[in-house]
Amino acid sequence: MKKYGKQILYMVIAVGAYAAVMLLVNMGLLSRQMTSLIIPVCMNIILAVSLCLVVGFLGELSLGHAAFMSIGAYSGALVLKSGLPVVVSLPLAVLVGGCCAAVLGFVVGIPVLRLKGDYLAIVTLAFGEIIKSVFNAATPITGGAGGMKKIPAVTTYKNFTFVYILMLLVILLVSYLVNSRHGRAICAIRDNYIAAETIGIKVSRFKTMAFVISAFMAGMGGVIYAGNIGILKPVNFDYNTSIEILVMVVLGGMGNITGSIIAALLLTVLPEMLRGLSNYRMLVYAVVLIAMMLFNNSPMKRILVEKKNMRQAAKIQ
Amino acid sequence: MTLLEVKNLGISFGGLRAVDGLNMSIEKGALVGLIGPNGAGKTTVFNLLTGMYLPSGGSIKLEGTELVGKSPARISQEGVARTFQNIRLFSQMTVMDNVKAALHNKIKYNLAASFLHTPEYRRKEREMNERAREILQVFELEQYVDYKASNLPYGKQRKLEIARALATDPKLLLLDEPAAGMNPNETAELMETIELIREKFGVTILLIEHDMKLVGGICEYLYVLNFGTELAHGLPEEVLNDPQVITAYLGE
Amino acid sequence: MALITSILEQLLNGLRIGSVYALIALGYTMVYGIAKMINFAHGDIIMVGAYALYVYVSLLKLPPVLAVILTIITCSVIGITIEKVAYKPLRKAQPLAVLITAIGVSYLLQNLSLLIFKATPIPFGSIIKVPSVKLAGLNISGLTIVTLVVTVAVMVGLTLFINRTRMGHAMLAVSEDKGAAELMGINVNRTISVTFAIGSALAAVAGILYISQYETLLPTLGALPGIKAFVAAVLGGIGSIPGAMFGGIILGIIESMSKAYISTQLSDAIVFSVLVVVLLVKPSGILGKLKAEKV
Repeated sequence: MKKYGKQILYMVIAVGAYAAVMLLVNMGLLSRQMTSLIIPVCMNIILAVSLCLVVGFLGELSLGHAAFMSIGAYSGALVLKSGLPVVVSLPLAVLVGGCCAAVLGFVVGIPVLRLKGDYLAIVTLAFGEIIKSVFNAATPITGGAGGMKKIPAVTTYKNFTFVYILMLLVILLVSYLVNSRHGRAICAIRDNYIAAETIGIKVSRFKTMAFVISAFMAGMGGVIYAGNIGILKPVNFDYNTSIEILVMVVLGGMGNITGSIIAALLLTVLPEMLRGLSNYRMLVYAVVLIAMMLFNNSPMKRILVEKKNMRQAAKIQ
Repeated sequence: MTLLEVKNLGISFGGLRAVDGLNMSIEKGALVGLIGPNGAGKTTVFNLLTGMYLPSGGSIKLEGTELVGKSPARISQEGVARTFQNIRLFSQMTVMDNVKAALHNKIKYNLAASFLHTPEYRRKEREMNERAREILQVFELEQYVDYKASNLPYGKQRKLEIARALATDPKLLLLDEPAAGMNPNETAELMETIELIREKFGVTILLIEHDMKLVGGICEYLYVLNFGTELAHGLPEEVLNDPQVITAYLGE
Repeated sequence: MALITSILEQLLNGLRIGSVYALIALGYTMVYGIAKMINFAHGDIIMVGAYALYVYVSLLKLPPVLAVILTIITCSVIGITIEKVAYKPLRKAQPLAVLITAIGVSYLLQNLSLLIFKATPIPFGSIIKVPSVKLAGLNISGLTIVTLVVTVAVMVGLTLFINRTRMGHAMLAVSEDKGAAELMGINVNRTISVTFAIGSALAAVAGILYISQYETLLPTLGALPGIKAFVAAVLGGIGSIPGAMFGGIILGIIESMSKAYISTQLSDAIVFSVLVVVLLVKPSGILGKLKAEKV
């Protein structure tokens, strides 16, 4: 019964958040600045939750999430520019963007089969840089460094419902996945890939699976980005973008989907509200990354965990 | 009936013959010990049997199926499960999920069911929960189902690792020093559990052990390894009184 | 004839930039060998070195030799501090945690310098003023000569240090087996600190040579050479000192050749593709050995 209570709570939050945003927008209570943040928040949640699958659950560091996003953005933008009616072009663009990113995810997945840890992180970074260079060089299609311009603005706050549903879908699919046979296999690989193999889990297959799913979702996020911002430049998808998404996942407490969502929300809204401190934003991100890691491995954290265990033990006896 | 037939198995690491010309034959339902001094190559044998190492020669047959060249995951599906000398649990996962993860190939549903939590998903998950509880009960771990594996005390972690191995429903269970780090009480309790699981799960067990009392007490047959080659094999009372074996253990 | 001259010129260019990569790669490889971590912030030490030199030479008007020495000291101190504050508490932590911390440090250094020196590029002329030499129709710039001489000297010095001194032996011992080295009475903490100090000093030298080539200061200037030097270290086999030198030179030549004869825009893509291919074909690198995890 307790389980259902939680599900109902999530549903209430999901519907409530939607109603609140719709109400605020329609009554004109939000400033232009806040209105312009609605879609980026949804997009960042999609990106953070999808990265969470790889970093938090598979336990591999991907530094190329922005690359998956960029593939989705460019390919989706081409569909958006095709002149089809929005009702057709938008869902189609999201699908195409996701699929193109998933294909790249599969390609990245091949070295992933053989590498782990530091090496894997570097390869994802290298892939990100390669993709960026290719987009820069492929001027006839992508517009090169000048950017791909005049992308129809289809994912503005006016299309909030579509983006919101997409976001809910991503959250739901990832949280369902991690609570399943496939998700357990992915987590088992994170915790001990040798033991995972000996209980019959095909490690390479599930690693690739996690990468492809994560890439697909990042690609969809990219399409939303394209339709929101209207112009795509390779520099928007560099290493820093990947790090920003990573910060959301880390701050959310790696492997915690709710945490990732809250972190994505905060890290999108706060910098805009604290415009005056924008110079310090990246600095704060850096400090957050270091502080989180140091805290997670500090004696203080160990004491807190032990206390929690004691309470749990007391409950059982 | 023979379950495991190892013939002329060998592997070398940079010139060192870690295991050389090993022959073993294990009857179905037997409880066999693999003993030998430190560095004799016992764990290497386990790594060969589970496909973690590729042997440089020889064959390993489980009920007539050749295991050499198969991946560890494949070998697990053929029916070989193991524990590790240094415990390898899924430390961030709950006790329950550790066992359920091992049911991976026993109770299956497809990716779509995972994504959408379909009725099939719910049915199969329920089945998994029941099966996992059944196994955990044997090890008296059922009240710890929601514990993170890394938060269990040491002795219980060892038990959980055996429970996880059993969840794959193996024909052959390999236990690598199951009593390591346990006190005499815990060891005695473990001996009982091992005999119990053999009966209850109908599994054949091969165990590596240093504790001679445990080995002599429960094993029906022993293989003694020294410098990667077989030194002796036979019934425990014969083997443990073999002067060659005593020399290998205690020196001249 | 013109083609040969042009190829030779590119080869020299490759050697020059490759030497810088090699110097940086040495830092990656030494730290990896000893602390078993990839110091992501290593590339940013180059940037710190470049800015430090700028402060000492242009702002404080110190004589170049003194400025160079102070730059090296500055970088070493920062290297040691980073290790003590950010990496040391994580020695027993998950590799993922260490990696994320290192990325955090890298980000911190970049953004600190962004705050202090702003995002506008600062022009900064080379402090190396050596006339160029003409050799068989080939014009060899003074900077190239200095870079090559300094790199060779540093490499010889480093090799001697590691093979001939007590501290060098201690480093080898710690990289083989930290626990055993500690039992043998080696002060592991001090050895690690010295490693970071030397790695950062090499990065400072690399930074000075790098900024003398590019003559423009940017807070992110260390990122790309840092990553490329990492590629070089992996190419040569991470943990291997000759591997890092070799990998750096090879990478420099590949880069300058692809810039000259394939495409400037795609040269980075080519360099990274080399990394991916190397890791796929021989994950241990050309001169490295991969240790399998003990089961």
